[in-house]
Amino acid sequence: MNLGRHHGGFIIVLSFALALLLTIVPLPDSVRTLRPDWLGLTLIFWCLVLPYRVSVGSGFVAGLLLDVLSGTLLGEHALSLSLIAYLCVRLHQRIRAYPMWQQALTVMIFLITHQLLTLWLDSVIGRPTPSLGYWLPSLVGAALWPFVFHLLTSLRINFSVQ
Amino acid sequence: MTIDHRQHHLDSVRAALSVVVYPLQWLVDLPGSTSQWFRESLSTRRELQEENASLRTQQLVLNTQLQKLESLEAENRRLRALLDSSFQVGERPMLIAELLSVDMDPYRHQVVINKGSLDHLFEGQPLLDSQGVMGQLIHVAPLTATAMLITDPSHAIPVQINRTGLRTIALGTGSIDRLELPHIPTNADVRVGDLLVSSGLGGRFPPGYPVAEIISVEQDPGNTFSTVIARPRARLDRSREVLLVWPPEAPKPAATAAADKTTGDKTP
Repeated sequence: MNLGRHHGGFIIVLSFALALLLTIVPLPDSVRTLRPDWLGLTLIFWCLVLPYRVSVGSGFVAGLLLDVLSGTLLGEHALSLSLIAYLCVRLHQRIRAYPMWQQALTVMIFLITHQLLTLWLDSVIGRPTPSLGYWLPSLVGAALWPFVFHLLTSLRINFSVQ
Repeated sequence: MTIDHRQHHLDSVRAALSVVVYPLQWLVDLPGSTSQWFRESLSTRRELQEENASLRTQQLVLNTQLQKLESLEAENRRLRALLDSSFQVGERPMLIAELLSVDMDPYRHQVVINKGSLDHLFEGQPLLDSQGVMGQLIHVAPLTATAMLITDPSHAIPVQINRTGLRTIALGTGSIDRLELPHIPTNADVRVGDLLVSSGLGGRFPPGYPVAEIISVEQDPGNTFSTVIARPRARLDRSREVLLVWPPEAPKPAATAAADKTTGDKTP
């Protein structure tokens, strides 16, 4: 890849900012626990399509911002998002070739890994274990993956981000 | 992470990052605050007059109660002087802050308010609403601050039963309308409807503010302690304006403040 031809970094930053916004938009209590992990989805998308631009470092920074926004331990989301960024970048050639439903399943596994890691860290510092509903955001995230993928792909083509 | 959890060295990093994400929080809060502004500026003359009248009545009632309170306070002071005791319920400096309507982790009971260290807020500062104690600040950034509510599962507040003076601790349960009182012996005098007020023992919350009301007492003969559940007085999920209070005396020296942090009311 020619490193001199990078452009559209603004779009990448904007999509991350949008994901963070969606993470803190207030929702009614009934659907609050269903909110998918927008930041994780965005990160996975960019890691899959532009692994030479967005990878572990971006995941770490995005995770730190999420930690501050959600009031968790500083570094908790940073660590788990770095991990899924690493997995995505390692496997991006394989995942890109999958059909959409299989991609969505893989994304679900990544999101569950992310949640599992934060759950472990939370229980290490003595927070109580949440109910089974804790895992729903990963399922919702996987269900939304095709939409996120098409939306971000059209963004990427329109603004020729590479 | 360990450093953040154990030693609080990263508070400045967190504060700096909070400034970075403040535009996002402001943006998310914008629709809510704008609609409120519109509602206020577009309300009709009649509505304003009605509101004005009701506020006037309320003020009259409160003033009457205040007169009674003043005489009671004077009487209390005289009696305290007779007893030679130095208990004081002084006036405290206060500040009104507003909640930013942003969501946090749904499994933590935290809120963000629109005042920060630029308004001299400090970590551990108590947060009240018009009905009772809401929580305390856990992270203070220049423009915003994060508060933990008393119902968060990792929060505990020292309380006292107003009727009997029995001291105990109220733990958060993770559901917004329940507090739990562990370690109450089965023979203790606790009844449904008792008011819990803050006892001020940890040095963090001011004494004498209402915290919760007991809604159920279960005595199981098999257990040493009874199961006591209370409902917070503060409208934790409905208040938009919150009150921040400062201790009446000057800020404590660093040494005692540090000691407070380790022995304070907040369990890690």
